[in-house]
Amino acid sequence: MSENTRKFKNPVINWIEYRLPIFSFIDDSVGSNYPSPRNLNYWWNFGSLAGVTLVVMIATGIFLAMNYTPHVDMAFDSVERIMRDVNYGWLMRYVHMNGGTMFFIAVYIHIFRGMYYGSYKEPRELLWIIGIVIFLAMMATAFVGYVLPWGQMSFWGATVITNLFSVIPFFGDSIVQWLWGGFSVDNPTLNRFFSFHFLLPFVIFALVFLHLWALHEHKSNNPTGVEIKGDADVIPFHPYYTAKDAFGLGVFLIFFLGFTFFAPNFFGEPENYIRANPLVTPAEIVPEWYFLPYYAILRAVPDNFIDAWGILPVIITAKEAGVILMFASIIALAFLPWLDSSKVRSAKYRPIYKQLFWVFVADTFVLGYIGAHPAEGHFLLIGRIATAYYFFHLLILLPLLGRFEKTRPLPESISASVTNASSEEGQ
Amino acid sequence: MGKIFIAAGLALGLSFGVFASDASASSGKAAPSQEWTFDGVFGNFDRAQLKRGYQVYQEVCAACHSLSQIYYRNLSEIGFTEDEVKKIAAEFEVPRGPDDEGETHEDGEQIMRAAKPFDKLVQPYANEQAARAANNGALPPDLSLVTKARKGGANYLHALLTGFADAPEGFKMQDGMSYNVYFPGAQIAMAPPIDDDAVEYADGTKASKDQISRDVAAFLTWTAEPELEDRKRIGIKVLIFLIIFTAMLYAVKRRVWAKLH
Ligand code: HEC
Ligand code: HEM
Repeated sequence: MSENTRKFKNPVINWIEYRLPIFSFIDDSVGSNYPSPRNLNYWWNFGSLAGVTLVVMIATGIFLAMNYTPHVDMAFDSVERIMRDVNYGWLMRYVHMNGGTMFFIAVYIHIFRGMYYGSYKEPRELLWIIGIVIFLAMMATAFVGYVLPWGQMSFWGATVITNLFSVIPFFGDSIVQWLWGGFSVDNPTLNRFFSFHFLLPFVIFALVFLHLWALHEHKSNNPTGVEIKGDADVIPFHPYYTAKDAFGLGVFLIFFLGFTFFAPNFFGEPENYIRANPLVTPAEIVPEWYFLPYYAILRAVPDNFIDAWGILPVIITAKEAGVILMFASIIALAFLPWLDSSKVRSAKYRPIYKQLFWVFVADTFVLGYIGAHPAEGHFLLIGRIATAYYFFHLLILLPLLGRFEKTRPLPESISASVTNASSEEGQ
Repeated sequence: MGKIFIAAGLALGLSFGVFASDASASSGKAAPSQEWTFDGVFGNFDRAQLKRGYQVYQEVCAACHSLSQIYYRNLSEIGFTEDEVKKIAAEFEVPRGPDDEGETHEDGEQIMRAAKPFDKLVQPYANEQAARAANNGALPPDLSLVTKARKGGANYLHALLTGFADAPEGFKMQDGMSYNVYFPGAQIAMAPPIDDDAVEYADGTKASKDQISRDVAAFLTWTAEPELEDRKRIGIKVLIFLIIFTAMLYAVKRRVWAKLH
């Protein structure tokens, strides 16, 4: 034990390190003693950006919670009081509101990065799955958080989404009532959502810890998708990636705070500045932008689904099918390590996958666009096609492609690719 | 590479924002953009305009619409002196709390006192039922947040207030409704509230319908976003700092990575 203790120059640090080797732990995790591939590009910044955003969310959230009142008669006004009478309350709230958006932007890019470079493949399957669990926990957190200001969209969004659980066979209705704490979305619902909203970010924090633990076991993937083979392939995390991440954070904050200060409601729904009213249904119930693709999938199943196919015994209703598809669209991502049959990780060396990847990205944008529109007419048709393609890509294309695709030759090592790249296009 | 990811982030953000924003545009005609002093990165409220807007609200809209998030004391933020605020408040009455004997009523009548700066603006109706009863069953919404609660914000308000017209032939109007293309469904249960010279401005500004609408829209932008000026002022400082700091971080990054080759 003690022979493992590293020596530092500062005697105080040494004293602590001898008793609690926290400084070597930091150094081994994000310091000069953590080796990283030397060729990581800027797409690798988004993990740390998501981490910083989580901390920002917790920090601002704690201050909001000091002034927020989780009661149906007071929640809306307490948020307005935060905006008007609490010192810098408007700043806390707008940072928190826009932070939710930024968190999802960072994490979506982070996920797409993983898909492009095949980062989910052996031996990083668990790392990937923990990531998907974090994503699910984020969605739950953002959903219950959005209910807290108790505007019209808060209330009706909560009503629509909690109702989805009623499709669960046999227990559906009891589960929904149990979630509500009553017979509709009401004060008990708001109370428990506040409680969950406070708890979940800390659960996410713990999950991030596991995520990083798994990451450090096999280190980062990299643009070539070729594993680290020797010392020439790696550079110490500090100072190289600390410097690169710090610069990336600067750019990200400019984007984040640009919206926060100059267009704080850009991503929001005006309707949510109207106090919740159980008697008035908004013309259109739309979720926050980051849920739109899933909302499109949810509503993609035709109402006359069963009739349309001429199947007489009604097996499942359109609503049930929609809910199943929506959850399946996320769960399917967790199975990517096994769905994607290619031995080659990076899209750089997979000419067909590379194009299909961008088609898939475009497909999710189309789904997002459809999710913001009423499910009718050609919107519905496009939504159905895009939903079908989403699953076609994950469940059919990826398993087959790995068998037939002719991949480009892989570089011998990361360092070999870097020395060649300078003559090619560069990173 | 850096540029690409900024662009990607922007594209993602903007496209979804834009998609989301035209989602319910189908409901009413889009309001044309007007020029406002509070637009843009350096935008500021025009205090004289806010005061005029308050006058319009008080003399016209307050007959039907509440402004529940605003206290009389807040009026000092738009240029009224403390004495003026006290005087404005004192023109209104609010229910008096219990006295030493615990009495709140005298001969069955609620005892009233003059309003003070710490009171909320007095509301026109005691409750929703009373408001509906006085307005043919329609509910005049609270206006504190209305510019944030409608697409188009101040532009929408200006368009709505100036957009009343006779219904085109063949358009089925319900009883007591007014035709207005900017309102979803083009029928609104509010009669045109203003006309030229509906108020007389103390500062001599000509009170055209357009001017009155503009002033009250600006005032209601302030009631919805009283932090707007602070927000933009601090925002500029923060962004200037961040841009310089990020440029320095970029230089540091370049220097650190230069060692590699
Ligand atoms: C005689 C009562 C009355 C007066 C005075 C009045 N309003 Fe209204 N207002 C209403 C009613 C009733 C509605 C609800 C209309 C509806 O829902 O169809 C309304 C609705 C509105 C709306 C909401 C429109 C929407 O998009 O839902 C705004 C904004 C508004 N009024 C602004 C004003 C302003 C500004 C003034 C003062 C210049 C004013 N009103 C004066 C009765 C009034
Ligand atoms: C994973 C991190 C988090 C996410 C994604 C998140 C998301 C959100 C969202 C989307 C809202 C609604 C904002 C609005 O439209 O007004 C919200 C509100 C709120 N959040 Fe969070 N949040 C997070 C962490 C936290 C934490 C850790 C706390 C407190 C301990 C907190 C406390 C609050 C409070 C009190 C509100 C209500 C006030 C308001 O609506 O602005 N949040 N959150």
